[in-house]
Amino acid sequence: MQLLQKDIIIVGGGGAGLRAAIAAAEAAPGLQVALLSKVYPMRSHTVAAEGGAAAVTLAEDSLAGHFQDTISGSDWLAEQNVVDYFVQHAYQELVQLERWGCPWSRKADGTVQVRRFGGMKTERTWFAADKTGFHILHTLFQTSLRYPTINRFDEYFVIDLLVVEQQIAGVLAIHFKTGQLVQIQAKSVILATGGAGRVFHYNTNGGIVTGDGMALAYRHGVALRDMEFVQYHPTGLPGSGILITEACRGEGGILLNKDGYRYLQDYDLGPVTPAGQPKNNYMELGPRDKLSQAFWQQQKLGLTADYQGHAVVYLDLRHLGSQHLTQRLPFICELAKAYVNIDPANSPIPIRPAVHYTMGGILTDINCHTSIAGLFAVGECASVGLHGANRLGSNSLSELLVFGKVAGEQAAALAQQTSLVPVSAIMAQSKHQQTSISSLFGNSSESMVAIRTEMTQAMEQGCGIYRDNNGMQRCLTSLHNLKSRYARLTVSDSSKVYNSALLQHVELGFSLDVAEAICRSALARTESRGAHQRLDEGMTTRNDRDFLQHSLALRQADGSTAISWQAVTITSLPPTERRYGAAAHSPANSNISQLKAAQEKGLQHE
Amino acid sequence: MNKTISISRYNPEQDSQPQLQTYQVVSEHSTSVLDALLQVQQQDPSLSLRWSCRMAICGSCGVMINGIPKLGCKTFVRDYPEQLVISPLAHFAVEKDLIVDMSPFLQHLSAVKPYLINAEKSLQPHKQTPAQLAKYQQFANCINCGLCYSACPQFGLNPEFIGPAAITLAQRYNLDSRDQGKAVRMPQLNSKNGVWACTFVGFCSEVCPKKVDPAAAVNQGKVASASDFIISMFTP
Ligand SMILES: Cc1cc2nc3c(=O)[nH]c(=O)nc-3n(C[C@H](O)[C@H](O)[C@H](O)COP(=O)(O)OP(=O)(O)OC[C@H]3O[C@@H](n4cnc5c(N)ncnc54)[C@H](O)[C@@H]3O)c2cc1C
Ligand code: FES
Repeated sequence: MQLLQKDIIIVGGGGAGLRAAIAAAEAAPGLQVALLSKVYPMRSHTVAAEGGAAAVTLAEDSLAGHFQDTISGSDWLAEQNVVDYFVQHAYQELVQLERWGCPWSRKADGTVQVRRFGGMKTERTWFAADKTGFHILHTLFQTSLRYPTINRFDEYFVIDLLVVEQQIAGVLAIHFKTGQLVQIQAKSVILATGGAGRVFHYNTNGGIVTGDGMALAYRHGVALRDMEFVQYHPTGLPGSGILITEACRGEGGILLNKDGYRYLQDYDLGPVTPAGQPKNNYMELGPRDKLSQAFWQQQKLGLTADYQGHAVVYLDLRHLGSQHLTQRLPFICELAKAYVNIDPANSPIPIRPAVHYTMGGILTDINCHTSIAGLFAVGECASVGLHGANRLGSNSLSELLVFGKVAGEQAAALAQQTSLVPVSAIMAQSKHQQTSISSLFGNSSESMVAIRTEMTQAMEQGCGIYRDNNGMQRCLTSLHNLKSRYARLTVSDSSKVYNSALLQHVELGFSLDVAEAICRSALARTESRGAHQRLDEGMTTRNDRDFLQHSLALRQADGSTAISWQAVTITSLPPTERRYGAAAHSPANSNISQLKAAQEKGLQHE
Repeated sequence: MNKTISISRYNPEQDSQPQLQTYQVVSEHSTSVLDALLQVQQQDPSLSLRWSCRMAICGSCGVMINGIPKLGCKTFVRDYPEQLVISPLAHFAVEKDLIVDMSPFLQHLSAVKPYLINAEKSLQPHKQTPAQLAKYQQFANCINCGLCYSACPQFGLNPEFIGPAAITLAQRYNLDSRDQGKAVRMPQLNSKNGVWACTFVGFCSEVCPKKVDPAAAVNQGKVASASDFIISMFTP
């Protein structure tokens, strides 16, 4: 085992981890930062984000507007103080990225261009063509090269956190290239490990998005918050789940069922807007949860088409014209050509919902601090409280930046005040892990692939777009069986160098823990809110009396999950009904006066 | 449809050199070479390869397919009715199976100071017109997959050559209207392992999965380097 000491460890080289690393290096140039990632940072899944990053930009927009859209998008389960901080700082973070060289798309006069996005009432989404995440990630990675105190540990796979009496002491990692176990001590640790979309069968996520950080924290007694809220993106490619960005609809794309009918008008999102003239919050620019749910309804009615065995509807971009498409959506044209052999200028693209984003995650306060002293979490793995029951598209890239900076600065401040936990206090834990890793090798009749596939299918069936008690109970039973099979599973390949089988084995263990937290939280929430929709009698609507609360999944000593509840912070916008399309403007909606009140409370642009 | 594929296998703890091994996979119309490799990994978990996004943007999955560098996730089994041989990226040291040592590539990238150099402090965004953006935009699309290094005969002969992607990245910043760092990047580009090491074969641009056209960047780099040289001759 190799033993190292640093001041700050950041686990994850995606947008959140890199932003945190830069912030820490700038805040405390005297501290040594270790940036660990199981893949080279520019392979992190932030790279796949297409659409854009939100911040109040236009003169006619307001911070109150972004605040309201986010809260209402969250179905009132966002932490309002966190949203307030977020909307106030998002713009400056996008400018910071611009100053670091991000190639944002521009207007003719050279100012930054913003586009429409679902659930946002005004154009406020910055974009770099349709490769926003790619450009953000590469800009951050390249900028990080300027800081000599950022020590990269590429292809280091973290398998455990070292914790002594509720105080973080470091991490344990496997160096993928050599198979060597590495113990790194640090005064503060930031988890920035991304989401858990791979827990589901059909998803828009990369193979590495297996929920590792969530499980790492959960196993040490940190609560996972709001795990039942899993976002289905309405437009993934059939089979692969590859994402076709929402920006397609922002640009004017329309959704058609098998009869060529714009079915969204039947689900409280109308009236129909003319093709190519999108209107914020109407039809195709409604929020993701509503759109994915409408697909499910259409499928029930037999109105979806078939694409190689998958139920699909169509995303029609033809009316936008080939020139506009190649300019604004070049990556989409490339993906459609490569993976479904379609030129979007000539034919509609077959699409269907796919799991996209985990709204829930590691519980943190507004400073990204968890319940373990010195342990921080940020980005998709965390629940700082921005997204509640449903994330608005383009809020999470901005989140990585705004809270990545917070996490980096907070971790640096803390590291400057504390000293390392003595190595003697952690050696036993490290040795124990070393023994359990070496005991994994051998031959068993269980198959890793079988367990993984059964898990993702159980989640898809039990915790999908619509859920009911029986389905979730079945899912939970399967997960328990899979966990006991996992306990018997061994790793047949005992080689040291780049042992993929070992990594996948450990990842599967993380995923199973996260899956159980999702299923348990979903069972406990006996109402429907945002991305969590139940079919059971008496549970099909939102129930603020009992459930205007966050769920907290806590691991028990026996390995089971217990659910408790936490109040939601509401500062200025009390819950009202969530409405889109024309319904948002009907007199029944008492939203307006409260929105006005929030506006008057002074949420003005800084 | 059943398909036989050959994969170069190498375990440094056992083998003295890589060897081809054949496997059966099921191939449908949409089966990518990456999908096929992952099927093989299900049969034989000891197969090591890099991948993540499976949508041609993370740059992990570069391999040689019938001797040509390609992204596994953007190449389809259907396009290889005859033989299909998959081996690790050429010109890099093989670590295990399809995994190569990417550290020389990362060193070269880092060496060209690939970040915006501009001392001005401001809280406002720069202005940059679409035309100014268009000057470097294409070069900013490099996904760091390394295929161009496998295609480059010069890099094969001289691993110190900073190579197509690093030169492209340097050009990406040199051409950015917001950047003032060209002077600090040029010595690297002018050096013997910089642009002049390229003999202009152009295969790098052919294999680029993102149409970044590194050969054009290298050529522009040569022009810039030459004028740099001429200017330095006439300035005292
Ligand atoms: C296809 C797609 C498109 C999207 N488009 C948008 C969009 O347009 N706008 C928007 O706002 N959001 C979008 N999102 C969401 C957003 O991109 C993600 O939420 C965000 O990028 C996550 O960033 P992150 O830094 O938290 O994690 P990631 O970028 O996933 O990075 C996680 C990092 O953690 C590391 N890691 C994980 N586990 C371990 C371990 N055990 N040991 C060591 N390292 C580990 C990984 O190597 C990686 O470096 C999109 C998401 C997807 C999937
Ligand atoms: S897997 Fe990401 S480029 Fe192929």
